[in-house]
Amino acid sequence: MTLKAVLGATALALTATTAMADPALIFDLGGKFDKSFNEAAYTGAQRWAEETGGKYREIEMQSEAQREQALRRLAQSGSNPIVMTGFSFSDVLTQVAADYPDTKFVIIDSVVEAPNVRSVVFSEEEGSYLAGLMAGMASKTGTVGFIGGMDIPLIRKFGCGYAQGAVAANPQAKVLVSWTGSTPAAWNDPVRGGELARAQIGQGADVIYHGAGGTGIGILQAAADEGILSIGVDSNQNMLHPGQVLTSMVKSVDVAVEDAFKQGEAMEGGTVTLGLAQQGVVVAMDENNAALVTPEMKAAVEDATQKIIAGEIAVHDYMTDDTCPVAGF
Amino acid sequence: MDYATLLQILDSTVRLAVPLLLACLAGLWSERAGVFDIGLEGKMLVAAFASGAVAFLTGSAWAGLLAGIGAALVWALLHGLASITFRGNQLISGVALNFLASGITVLVAQTAFQQGGRTPSLSGEARFNELTLPLAETARGVPVIGPLYADVISGHPILTYLAVLAVPLTWWVLYRTRFGLRLRAVGENPAAVDTAGVSVARMRFSAVLITGVLCGIAGAYLATALQAGFGREMTAGRGYIALAALIFAKWRPWGALWATLLFGFFQAIALRPDVVPIPVPALEALPYVLTVLVLAGFVGKAIPPRAGGEPYVKER
Repeated sequence: MTLKAVLGATALALTATTAMADPALIFDLGGKFDKSFNEAAYTGAQRWAEETGGKYREIEMQSEAQREQALRRLAQSGSNPIVMTGFSFSDVLTQVAADYPDTKFVIIDSVVEAPNVRSVVFSEEEGSYLAGLMAGMASKTGTVGFIGGMDIPLIRKFGCGYAQGAVAANPQAKVLVSWTGSTPAAWNDPVRGGELARAQIGQGADVIYHGAGGTGIGILQAAADEGILSIGVDSNQNMLHPGQVLTSMVKSVDVAVEDAFKQGEAMEGGTVTLGLAQQGVVVAMDENNAALVTPEMKAAVEDATQKIIAGEIAVHDYMTDDTCPVAGF
Repeated sequence: MDYATLLQILDSTVRLAVPLLLACLAGLWSERAGVFDIGLEGKMLVAAFASGAVAFLTGSAWAGLLAGIGAALVWALLHGLASITFRGNQLISGVALNFLASGITVLVAQTAFQQGGRTPSLSGEARFNELTLPLAETARGVPVIGPLYADVISGHPILTYLAVLAVPLTWWVLYRTRFGLRLRAVGENPAAVDTAGVSVARMRFSAVLITGVLCGIAGAYLATALQAGFGREMTAGRGYIALAALIFAKWRPWGALWATLLFGFFQAIALRPDVVPIPVPALEALPYVLTVLVLAGFVGKAIPPRAGGEPYVKER
């Protein structure tokens, strides 16, 4: 498999010289069709291709070791700009970007300081705040839960925003926080995710938000099995259990990719933060959760969105000082 | 901690212990016959994938179970072929099969279903649903024991009860039948068995195949009972914890039951930081710490089967 992928990458590099300056997209280990983060990037690239008739190159990572090689080959072959999904690329990109000063790079979900790199980060705390607001309003027990995957600051940012939203909706709300683990295996343990959800249900939670990647599939499943509400993350997961997923906190990775492709070589470096104002984060509303979202919730979400954009509500970002004022972690 | 919370934790213990128990018994059969099997993880993983995929395609959890057992048997046969027929290193064969399982499941799942290496989620008859044991609701009124019966012992999928039944069955076959005696002898002194005119390779192959069946049930339990579909790497190291439990159980069937229940209990209380104020990483490390203590001889003696890990070479 790995060999095949390497050969594929090599073939790509050989054919690359024929057309100059097509953009390129690198998918992280989750794979192109992960129904989440990477697939959103793919959707954005496809949209650009359909609109402009342009072509782009793509590589799916198959192992950790391929990152640097793939990046260098694309840069050598003249792809520009090169977009990569996922914070795992940050170390590699820091080295590679300096070697190809004429190539523009885009990294999503992480910040790399270099003149030819654009770092796209999302204000997950704002989207999570809205999710928490809805959870706090939907909860009948006054207890809502958050289950993170691997315990890292980025995911704590989700949990912290969510807790602030829940408390804003119901000042007496109790927010339970659990972590699947402290190693990358925590992203792929749906069984443990399901048990964590059941443990939170045992403590009275009746709405559970996850920020746990593949583990989240088990969390949503357990919530549906036990008849409580859940909240999806990253992409719209409402359709996984129609009528049982309250909403999903969607990150518009597709917009970020499409935008970078559109700007092409002229793209500027620096850090871009996509929040509610840029529609970089939204809570998903569709036919699958229409019956769950009351008019009051909708009004509250719209109201909070306006206030956050206007700066009247300041949602605390966990990553700025590594503390959270409400959730107690 | 009140009684209701304790029951919730015990219920969770049972759910988490079942895959460990099945994998632990699987390892017990193989290792008792002198074939070390580090590939329990991989066998569970292919079984989880095959059962999830087939249950989705046919809409029947039982068809999924059979497919899971079938897939695990293929892995068991490969392990047997490498380590019994060709006398290869048993550990290397096991590790290789784990890698193969980890890659091929995601590859096939992605090609077949296009859902990021997952199988589509199952519902209704495609899953093993929870059974309510007779009298569970009537017994609930009985103090202490009633809720224990209704909440912890009743209300699990049929595979859970199958796993518990596998314990006395394993004990009976290993210790009360001629087949079991020969199987254990193959793990202790294969030359003696060979002298008695019994084929060592055939005994070892049957043990390895039984391992495959049990791992198949464990994988199907993960994908079609606990969860509703296969997800990449969903076994999450349970095959290795089962090996630790096997050492802790000193390669005995009843010991395997208690060891896996204990390890399941540790995992279950790790989910409830509100009840037990012990840091979660410490609880997660506990099974391994206990295993090391047992191996070091602090808690009784753990003596592995004497011929374990050695391919049998017939004298000429």
